[in-house]
Amino acid sequence: MKKQWYDYLWIFSAAYLILGFFNILFAWLGLLCFFIPLIISLTQGTKGYCNRYCGRGQLFSLLGGRFGLSRKRDIPGWMKSKAFRYGFLIFFFLMFFQMLWNTYLVFAGAQDLRQVVTLLWSFKLPWHWAYHGTLLHPGVAQFAFGFYSVMLTSTVLGLVTMVLFKPRSWCVYCPMGTMTQLICKAKNR
Amino acid sequence: MKTVKKRKATVDTAACVACGCCVKVCPKGAIAIYRGIRAEIDQENCIGCGKCAKECPASVITIREVQP
Repeated sequence: MKKQWYDYLWIFSAAYLILGFFNILFAWLGLLCFFIPLIISLTQGTKGYCNRYCGRGQLFSLLGGRFGLSRKRDIPGWMKSKAFRYGFLIFFFLMFFQMLWNTYLVFAGAQDLRQVVTLLWSFKLPWHWAYHGTLLHPGVAQFAFGFYSVMLTSTVLGLVTMVLFKPRSWCVYCPMGTMTQLICKAKNR
Repeated sequence: MKTVKKRKATVDTAACVACGCCVKVCPKGAIAIYRGIRAEIDQENCIGCGKCAKECPASVITIREVQP
């Protein structure tokens, strides 16, 4: 099949991760990966984002497929169960709100800016080299560190399941995918 | 008359995550994502090649022999 422009969005995903190493403020761009799928599902009632535009899915299918970095085994049954998918969505939400809360505390002046990227919700990686100050409030940077943590953590999880199972195993439990499917189900009832 | 068995893909729709990986690999364009909920296979156009079943990250597509 002929390649379309949107088949190259994996470049955007890869560039996003790399840019975050140099200037954490680029992390704000990741909001596109949150809002576009939501807007598409809310207005069109489809998972058009997953189906066509998701750069991360393309990156996994490239690395796991063409580069062969995947065992291509079946994902375990429990990982595709509704309980796990919805549970992971809720867990992801809780962690996301905790990140927003930390951002709020910095904005409110109750907490100092922490220049760390938290991997897998627990490991604090020093990341000070990617911060060169901002003309805006330090809270803007705190959100960037927090959001980049979310993106990096989910990429790492996705890479692990890519290697263990099929390339796009992440799609099975991706919180955005689960959420947009729920929206579509609600809309198209 | 001899009956010819044909191989067709079927989706376990309840477990489908509607990611669209199958749509991308189908050489016949026989799969569509129905309203962001599940993959649907056009049985007329499906040639039972199994590419979608191999690609499906949730492994919810199976290739079955069907009586025409």
